[in-house]
Amino acid sequence: MRKRLYNVGAILKGLSITFGFMFRKRPTIEYPSVKKQHAPRFHGLHELRRYEDGKERCIGCELCSSACPANAITVIGAENAPGDRRSPGERYAARYEIDELRCIFCGMCEEACPTDAIVLTPRFEMSDLRRGSLIYSKERLLVPPEAGVGRAPDERPGGIPGDLGRVAEIKSTMDVAQGYSATWRGNILKTQRKGLTMIEPSRENGA
Amino acid sequence: MIPFWAVVLIKSALLLFVVVTTFAYAMLVERKVLGWMQLRPGPNRVGPWGLMQPAADAAKLILKEDLTPKTADPLIYRLAPFISLLTAFSVYAVIPFGASADQGTWAIGNPNAGILFVLAIASIGIYGISLGGWASGSKYPLLGSVRATAQMISYELAMSLSFVGVLILAGTTSLDGIVNAQARWWFVLPQFVGCVIYVITAVAETNRAPFDLVEAETELVAGFHTEYSGLRFGLFFIAEYVNMLTVSCIATLLFFGGWNAPFGLAMVPGVVWFVLKVACFMFFYMWLRATLPRLRYDRLMAFGWKVLLPVATLNLVVTAIIVAYKG
Repeated sequence: MRKRLYNVGAILKGLSITFGFMFRKRPTIEYPSVKKQHAPRFHGLHELRRYEDGKERCIGCELCSSACPANAITVIGAENAPGDRRSPGERYAARYEIDELRCIFCGMCEEACPTDAIVLTPRFEMSDLRRGSLIYSKERLLVPPEAGVGRAPDERPGGIPGDLGRVAEIKSTMDVAQGYSATWRGNILKTQRKGLTMIEPSRENGA
Repeated sequence: MIPFWAVVLIKSALLLFVVVTTFAYAMLVERKVLGWMQLRPGPNRVGPWGLMQPAADAAKLILKEDLTPKTADPLIYRLAPFISLLTAFSVYAVIPFGASADQGTWAIGNPNAGILFVLAIASIGIYGISLGGWASGSKYPLLGSVRATAQMISYELAMSLSFVGVLILAGTTSLDGIVNAQARWWFVLPQFVGCVIYVITAVAETNRAPFDLVEAETELVAGFHTEYSGLRFGLFFIAEYVNMLTVSCIATLLFFGGWNAPFGLAMVPGVVWFVLKVACFMFFYMWLRATLPRLRYDRLMAFGWKVLLPVATLNLVVTAIIVAYKG
């Protein structure tokens, strides 16, 4: 009988917990209208960068394509014509294609590139209705001449490019200075862990 | 002078509108409250704050195909949702929302045995569920309806006994009379045990969490309405929420003073108090659903027969003795 009465206490405690949760801040990010702040080096869609004078950085060396573990990159290099130099080196990429459906966004191409030509941007919204349109050709990958040179991952201050829309104001990625506990999920986990240590094992057996 | 039948017709139409609208928004509020308690925002896509969600749900249900399984008993299968809905609505014929004036009453009818009418109609409501489950001609609905019947029998007893304590104190079975008897203090104070028993049995009576074994998703797919789709499923759904509203109304009338204002705040009209109290009860049911896990079936039965029924009987005997001694 006493044990049954303890159960009533447990129900009341449970009710108070759920009631308290009603007024907690919700960690939901309403995605299509608000976007999550990504880490600066988030691996998203690729981009082929240029030099300040407008020349392509890519020299068609095919190192990215041989580094690619998913065989997603196809590069066919060609000699620069003396009158029309596309890149500062001897060669340039005549064709440069990335199959974004094969790509695993590991960033090995970025590491392999000797001229920092191929980089991964934080863009990730590239869904399409046809498979074919997800094979990105060089025209789609290359930074347009009027858009500047493109940014290396080290130079990006925030996670998301400004043209992607409103970004959630909550901290949802790891704060380097404060560690994981600075985030919302981290806070929840921390309080949960606290609650676990509060339960005394002796009271469970006593009743 | 408006003829009697016209008054009844107008009242019924108005009441139907109010109850159906309340159902629609009770569903939205429930989803919102459950969401908040689980750190989710709840439905918020249709209209501002998701306020048009009920309309979207209704449109969806109406446009869905209305299936009848080959093994089903077609007539009873099609009739069952209407039995559920009809009984759920007819209870409102006697529920008074405010103090009766000299000329008329807030309720459509004001019978002397109002509370007995409510009990009788509520018991008929089970036919919709059990017949619907049986007529579906498949195993999960059958199990669900068997459970519903057993659960209803074991909890209705304790529920009726918890009413009797109130009836002894009020000395009348008319709902108007019961509320008027609570002018000085609400029956929740002298009948606290009865109130607790009623609230528990009411949850079981409406087949809601933690007593929703009739539609236990983990074991019975969707219980008695597994085979139902489209509008017929919607009717069962409406019946469930209207029943929830009914038990909240009855709890308010029997234990929480109906339209009587608390703390002497009589300048606010009684109807507002009534609606507020009912809303509190509805919230309590949502709150329970967000908190408690489903009971095991044998424990549900054991709780009904071994705890609720004896306690309700004891409560009745003690009340009767005290009333008899005091005069």
